[in-house]
Amino acid sequence: MIIAVASGKGGTGKTTVATNLALALQNSVYLDCDVEEPNGHLFLKPVVEKSETVTRPVPRINYTKCDFCGECSRVCESHAITVLPNRVLVFDELCNSCGACTYFCPQNAIWEEKIPMGVIRIGKVLPENIGFFEGCLTIGELSPSPLIGKVVQKIEPEKINILDAAPGASCSMIETVRNADYCLLITEPTPFGLNDLELAVEALKNIEVPFGIVINKARSDSTIIDAYCEDNNIPILMRFPFNRRLAEAYSKGELAVRVFPELKEQFQNLFNEIKLRLQTSVNVLDG
Amino acid sequence: MKQVVIISGKGGTGKTTLTAAFIALSENKLVADCDVDAADLHILLNPVIHQSHVFIGGKKAKIDPQRCTECGLCETYCRFDAIHNFVVDPIACEGCGFCVRLCPDDAIDFKVAPSGNYYESVFGDSEFFHAKLIPGEGNSGKLVSQVKKQAEKTMRNNNREWYFVDGPPGIGCPVNASLTEADFVVAVTEPTISGLHDLERLIKLIERFKIPTGVVINKHDLNQEMTQRIERYAIKSGLTVLGTIPFDEQVVKSLLQKKIITEFPDSIAAREIKTIWTSIQLLLDEPKRSYTDKNIKN
Repeated sequence: MIIAVASGKGGTGKTTVATNLALALQNSVYLDCDVEEPNGHLFLKPVVEKSETVTRPVPRINYTKCDFCGECSRVCESHAITVLPNRVLVFDELCNSCGACTYFCPQNAIWEEKIPMGVIRIGKVLPENIGFFEGCLTIGELSPSPLIGKVVQKIEPEKINILDAAPGASCSMIETVRNADYCLLITEPTPFGLNDLELAVEALKNIEVPFGIVINKARSDSTIIDAYCEDNNIPILMRFPFNRRLAEAYSKGELAVRVFPELKEQFQNLFNEIKLRLQTSVNVLDG
Repeated sequence: MKQVVIISGKGGTGKTTLTAAFIALSENKLVADCDVDAADLHILLNPVIHQSHVFIGGKKAKIDPQRCTECGLCETYCRFDAIHNFVVDPIACEGCGFCVRLCPDDAIDFKVAPSGNYYESVFGDSEFFHAKLIPGEGNSGKLVSQVKKQAEKTMRNNNREWYFVDGPPGIGCPVNASLTEADFVVAVTEPTISGLHDLERLIKLIERFKIPTGVVINKHDLNQEMTQRIERYAIKSGLTVLGTIPFDEQVVKSLLQKKIITEFPDSIAAREIKTIWTSIQLLLDEPKRSYTDKNIKN
């Protein structure tokens, strides 16, 4: 099973939910897909066994063959190549590594160099023996999606995979969530939380991934998320009131389920609820 | 004109709350919300939209089944794994056009696709530029550049003293686009292990742009030791510690009323933010300007 944890608004508690959920379950794998700012490792403190460099190809010019015809520049939709009378400029940061220039060069004068775009760290969280994968984007790389694509390839289908997504509702979030059987959206009961939740819901509806809500920093004087969920028939699966001791534990990199073992059951219940919802939806489809 | 970009690395540290407060405390300003995939500043500014434009981020490939002979060449060469069973997945399609040029039957259309909207708005006597990316779309970096282009066009006709940019979280494409041409960066963080980690990555990115940067630590009393650690890191990295803001329930309360924290001037958060804003003005003040300047007296 694959469960993605996403949010729309940043800082609502994605990593808190994803890491604690992974730790509360048996036979789980945590995959950090927030490759721009991966934080799961700060809490899970995995033993890293392996670090794989992920590269992407960018064009390089073989000047013994190039006749400066300019075809490479014409086929590049990203404007990553400029051909001068006796030089070809390649802007690696604009190149999306599609390979069109290399293929269409009439002189066969382009070869591809593999440049690093990030690393994937692979390890184990002990003593629980939780699988750990983390994508970490090289600083200065502009596009996180290809690296996220490599991280999700590490999904172990026979286990419970928890994907920790990037905030927002754009390509990074979609690249992560589209692989999931179910998505948890973490929000907070403020106008910002609601606005960004609506965007995330819109994105999820487009890709038809079922989802439910976790309200973090829940408070009795604000019911805006409850009202929205009721109007739109979206299930609320869990609520966390603001708890200063939890926030302090978080600030030090301590995991909630280790500091407050009674929370473990809450996360197990959350998982069972998701499992039940998925089974029910499958039955509906079968029926 | 001085362009101040408010940014954070980690999401949810208080970028928009702080940006809105700076806006309220300053005069003769222009504002751009560059968090285009989860824009929130408009909720506090309540602007009047004067013009809305459709944003075209790029093109998307689409196979015409009438013309397709199912040779499979496009699927073989697509590096984005966007073509399966002779259908292009519009979410995975990067718009590179490789398949379009490759197709021997000329069966792939390549049309521009809207990725969102951008707006020219006004609140009070200030211009406000913002956008909405269609949820799930890419090209947020290009949309940020579009928003900034629009803001800068207005600036040329209408010289403003301050240009505030509310930035997105992360360190990717839209963050890079938000940082271009900035005079000063305000990096907002919180005293947590992830706040520090994300700040360090953000600062490494900002160093490439060589923009002077100040750090604000929000909710500093959550973990005093971590606050000190962040302050030491900032000083070591040549950043200015602009100030710290304690956890203040009034921040949440004012947000629930869609109000800017400066509307509660006696709250501790509002007072600290005012001090931070004064520090920024002093830092960015041209040497020749006198200290009796109205902005500083305020």
